[in-house]
Amino acid sequence: MRALGPAVAWVAAVGVLALVPALGSRYLMDLSIEVMIYALFALSLNILIGYAGNVSFGHAAYFAIGGYGSAILLTTCQWPLWLALPAAVALTALAALAVGYFCVRLSAIYFAMLTLAFGMLVWSAAFKWRSVTGGDDGFLGIALPGYLEQRWAFFYFTLAVVGASVALIRMICRSPFGRVLLAVRDNPLRAGFVGVDATRMRLLAFVFAGTFAGVAGSLFALYHRAIFSESAFWTESAQVLVMVLLGGAYSFLGPVLGAAVLHLLEVVINQHTEHWPLLLGLTLILLLLFLPDGLAGLLRRRNRRSG
Amino acid sequence: MLTNPTFLFIQALNSLALGMNLFIIASGLTLIFGVLRVVNFAHGAFFMLGAYVSFSAATWTGSFWIGLAAAVAVLAACGWAIERGLLRLLYEREPLTQLLFTFALVLILGDVAKIVWGTDQHTVSYPPGLDGAVDLGIAYFPAYSLLLCLLGPAVAAGLWLLVEHTRWGRVMRAATEDREMVAALGIDASRVSAGVFAAGAALAGAGGALAAPRVALTPGMDATVIVDCFIIVIIGGLGSLWGSFLGALLLGFVTVFGVVLLPEAELVLPYLMMVGLLLWRPWGLFGREEVERA
Repeated sequence: MRALGPAVAWVAAVGVLALVPALGSRYLMDLSIEVMIYALFALSLNILIGYAGNVSFGHAAYFAIGGYGSAILLTTCQWPLWLALPAAVALTALAALAVGYFCVRLSAIYFAMLTLAFGMLVWSAAFKWRSVTGGDDGFLGIALPGYLEQRWAFFYFTLAVVGASVALIRMICRSPFGRVLLAVRDNPLRAGFVGVDATRMRLLAFVFAGTFAGVAGSLFALYHRAIFSESAFWTESAQVLVMVLLGGAYSFLGPVLGAAVLHLLEVVINQHTEHWPLLLGLTLILLLLFLPDGLAGLLRRRNRRSG
Repeated sequence: MLTNPTFLFIQALNSLALGMNLFIIASGLTLIFGVLRVVNFAHGAFFMLGAYVSFSAATWTGSFWIGLAAAVAVLAACGWAIERGLLRLLYEREPLTQLLFTFALVLILGDVAKIVWGTDQHTVSYPPGLDGAVDLGIAYFPAYSLLLCLLGPAVAAGLWLLVEHTRWGRVMRAATEDREMVAALGIDASRVSAGVFAAGAALAGAGGALAAPRVALTPGMDATVIVDCFIIVIIGGLGSLWGSFLGALLLGFVTVFGVVLLPEAELVLPYLMMVGLLLWRPWGLFGREEVERA
């Protein structure tokens, strides 16, 4: 039952999502696409935080590299989607490998700060390199293949890509590799004693995290048919970090919950007031004070109490 | 350009002025990190509030100096209140919690500034007597920038004296090493933490007030300053005062000469410098290896 429960829940979730276009509301479809993209972005970061125990402050960089990669390959190079998307994701993986190689050696705060610096490096390149990225105007008018022009078609495309990515992330986290990561997170010294190369494991986690952020970023660029340098700015990295911690880093689904709650709240609150940052800040402080394990922790506690 | 000594001299002084202004801000960040082990993302927001408060006070009273004093006083009070009221409750948690808390402050203070001062651009005029240029023999140089060049080392020396040679500094250093021992000796260590956070915020506020005549005051002016400050304290070594001083100088030079010599890559250079430096010395110029605290 324990093994079956989540699988059933997954199929049910995908099934319910697949019905969304049938409701005929374009707004609902847009919202679901956005939530799916952010959920994947948050899940990718949680490979680093929840499993490897490294807090990256520059995760938006890989989101942006994926987005710009897709934009440039599709539009400037005129590649077909089936080639451009994997190539953009591969590019992101390479970038994550290069940056990760330097970062994973450092601990805690220095790791966070070096990832922040690399993130801002990507931002400044996107901001300044006008001929390739469009500079501070952003990259506009991404060429989307005809079969994705319809919103419902793009919805199913997103569902398929995000669904496959989430399944892959789950497989990775559940695999022996995922267990080793947990061991490295909880006690690197002991993990070393039993023959685990902690640095190498962290690097692998860094590459996986960057790769899936690249997938999310590619989808984001295709969805908006544009990508802007702000996507790489440090506040974007902080935002996704908030999603992960709001949802709860130490559970697989926490980040998904955090991404959904945060994005929907933002959309709803923005309709009523322009002071979303103020409300988000206050909410965050209340959460930190009263709900240290995030929303997923709250659910778990409630379950334990009732069960 | 590089062979023209006057040009080099002026740009070097410009770098120094920028670097010293940044140092005054970043010294607060390094102080807070050194003692409290909190990475304060809200430091940029403190800087912005300092600039805005000095703008309002200077507009009301007509005096730049009252504006500066007001910025220092208001930010010190804010820092004290935030530490006493909220941050204090989070010391026992994992470092991530404190980091998120300071990010929440960024969001709140940024929005509050928007509510109070609006989204329009504000400017602060130079203090009278310092709005002209001074003849330095080789060239003329803005008097206000010269003041910044002198204030930076003065702040550094003052902080060094305070930390190394006063009772308050001794207690503070002792509290950094062993908080319980300090408490056992009958000293209220928690007041030290509040004082440090207040002083750090006040330094950011002073930096903001001092930067105000040279920049445009807009919401969002905090977002890049905080990254500059991080670069400075990281390349200097977290928690090291003189490291930050050197880091600020380096960043000042790279920024000013980057704009002049490599305008296409000007934005990228500071990050490249930081990345390069950390690869060479992973704990910064003056830093020690960070031992993870249990």
